[in-house]
Amino acid sequence: MFLIILRRLGQSVFVLFLVAFISFMIFRYVGNPVDNLLGQEATVEQRDALIEALGLNDPLHEQYLDFVTRAVQFDFGNSYRGALPVADMILERLPATLELAIVSALFAMILGTLLGIYTAIRRNGLLANFIMSSSLIGVSLPTFLIGVLLIWLFAVELGWLPSFGRGETVQLGFWSTSLLTVSGLKSLVLPAITLGLYQMTLIMRLVRAEMLEVLRQDFIRFARARGLSERVVYFSHALKNTLVPVITVAGLQLGSIVAFAIITETVFQWPGVGLMFINAVFFVDIPVMSAYLLLVGTLFVVINLIVDLLYLAIDPRIRDGQLRRKVDD
Amino acid sequence: MTDSILSVRNLRVVIPHRHGKLVAIDNISFHIQRGEIIGFVGESGAGKSMTGAAIIGLIDPPGYIERGEIWLDNLRIDQSVRGDAILIRGKRISMIFQDPLTSLNPLRTIGDQLMETILTHLPLSAEAARKKAIAGLEEVDIDPSRFGAYPHEFSGGMRQRVVIALALCAEPELIIADEPTTALDVSVQAQVLDLLKRLCRERGASVMLITHDMGVIAETTDRVAVLYAGRLAEIGPTQTLLSNPKHPYTRGLIASTPSVESGDIGTHLFQIRGTMPRLDALPPGCRFHPRCEQIMARCRSEQPEVAENGAACFLYEDD
Repeated sequence: MFLIILRRLGQSVFVLFLVAFISFMIFRYVGNPVDNLLGQEATVEQRDALIEALGLNDPLHEQYLDFVTRAVQFDFGNSYRGALPVADMILERLPATLELAIVSALFAMILGTLLGIYTAIRRNGLLANFIMSSSLIGVSLPTFLIGVLLIWLFAVELGWLPSFGRGETVQLGFWSTSLLTVSGLKSLVLPAITLGLYQMTLIMRLVRAEMLEVLRQDFIRFARARGLSERVVYFSHALKNTLVPVITVAGLQLGSIVAFAIITETVFQWPGVGLMFINAVFFVDIPVMSAYLLLVGTLFVVINLIVDLLYLAIDPRIRDGQLRRKVDD
Repeated sequence: MTDSILSVRNLRVVIPHRHGKLVAIDNISFHIQRGEIIGFVGESGAGKSMTGAAIIGLIDPPGYIERGEIWLDNLRIDQSVRGDAILIRGKRISMIFQDPLTSLNPLRTIGDQLMETILTHLPLSAEAARKKAIAGLEEVDIDPSRFGAYPHEFSGGMRQRVVIALALCAEPELIIADEPTTALDVSVQAQVLDLLKRLCRERGASVMLITHDMGVIAETTDRVAVLYAGRLAEIGPTQTLLSNPKHPYTRGLIASTPSVESGDIGTHLFQIRGTMPRLDALPPGCRFHPRCEQIMARCRSEQPEVAENGAACFLYEDD
């Protein structure tokens, strides 16, 4: 088991180096960093000085190692626009994105699991069928459309919730949170639903399908024959057996929630890293783009690692090396 | 009859489908005595498992009991609502299924599953339940140190012994064993059956043993019921039924069982010609008549009921 963890860690580090390499190649070769930093009118001396300072004459592998070393220390250079350190820009905006992502992920996972169980247990019920049909909307409507529809209904027509921004924030050290103010919480509702709706319906449909599969198994029949109550059969026996595939998908979806927050943040003008990335793309702000890529890549790797560790915690067969394939895929 | 733990009267189980309904069990009546082991034998689809499921209240929907009564002692159980069913299921009647590999929840330790069952049915403290669970494991020859082990860490035979411990831990009066050894190696089958038989005899519990293996019937049971296409063909004490079968189907079943001792090796095994009819294409009259060697005119139009001699056949009626 310890070996499995160690191997997964090794693989994660390898993947991170690859991500860093792509990120580095973008930084180094998309456009000319010297032109971008100094503009057209720079003198040859200025250019040489900058090339020397950035180490652009060093061999490629040294530049890459240098890039990785600095990235590990959270140094991504300065933004081309405004000349602020990219790391500071990210730190300033990351709390907004993470709060949005975590709230919508919780919304998606909790509601998705509950509805999934409900629709599986009451398979032929009227309400369950209604939920299943309406979940198709969540799966098929694009995020920006859901966002705009929600804004139209709740912000424009009903006027209950704000249509953009983050509301008031409270500073906790370097972390600015909108979770502690009423206007902050109100501002969070629409973007969180917009961002989480797709994942919620996906998780719900997955939990339902897995539950139906598990409920057909012999051990559920035997659990009933042993006289266990329906509540125990559903929650204590069936649910746990659906968790491995559900966690796989939920984990990957959590990554996409952060990655695709770009669209939601644009629709709601949410001051997070996604909006920062879109602005960086408009102005070809390469350091910001490559740092963002690195950030999202790291996030995916970390989530995958956590998912694998959760497998080990849930399924003793994986711990003992039976059912290898699930971990080694 | 006073000492019967279970009596089933005129049981009829149907499965609705698009063009009406299939009659999976048709008008079956029998009783099970306290402490006896009764075998239910028949081909696949004859209704053996369905009878067991009906007794414990676990018929898979959309199937349901259309008619008849099931009495546990003085309690009618075929109509029980959910809450009552749970008081009976696992507590007074429990069930063992065919495949021990899939009968246990793979993500929970066996000790956990034992404790859970005991605490559901018996008013014990966690500590007392733990002691009882460990005693249960010892009874089925599983080392108590394996209390915290997961199902995948056991062999098939051991898992079936764990399943037996689980089925017996709440001290039920009747155990329905649905082909408990079919999925096991032949060498382990006898061991598991002996264990089940011994533990039930010790407790005075009755066993309804569902099987298609005449050898198992001969070695294990006190009485046998032979099912054919959803109806009872013959029922009687094992000795009598095996040595003097009355129903032509029972005779065919016994004749088609290979025996190693009697020098049959190398000779052709007897076959009952034809196959059991599907439930949606049952013949009129006696359901066995298209395959019967001793068919009479009335067999084609009239259905025989089980007579005094235990067989549902017109051959023995004097007219």
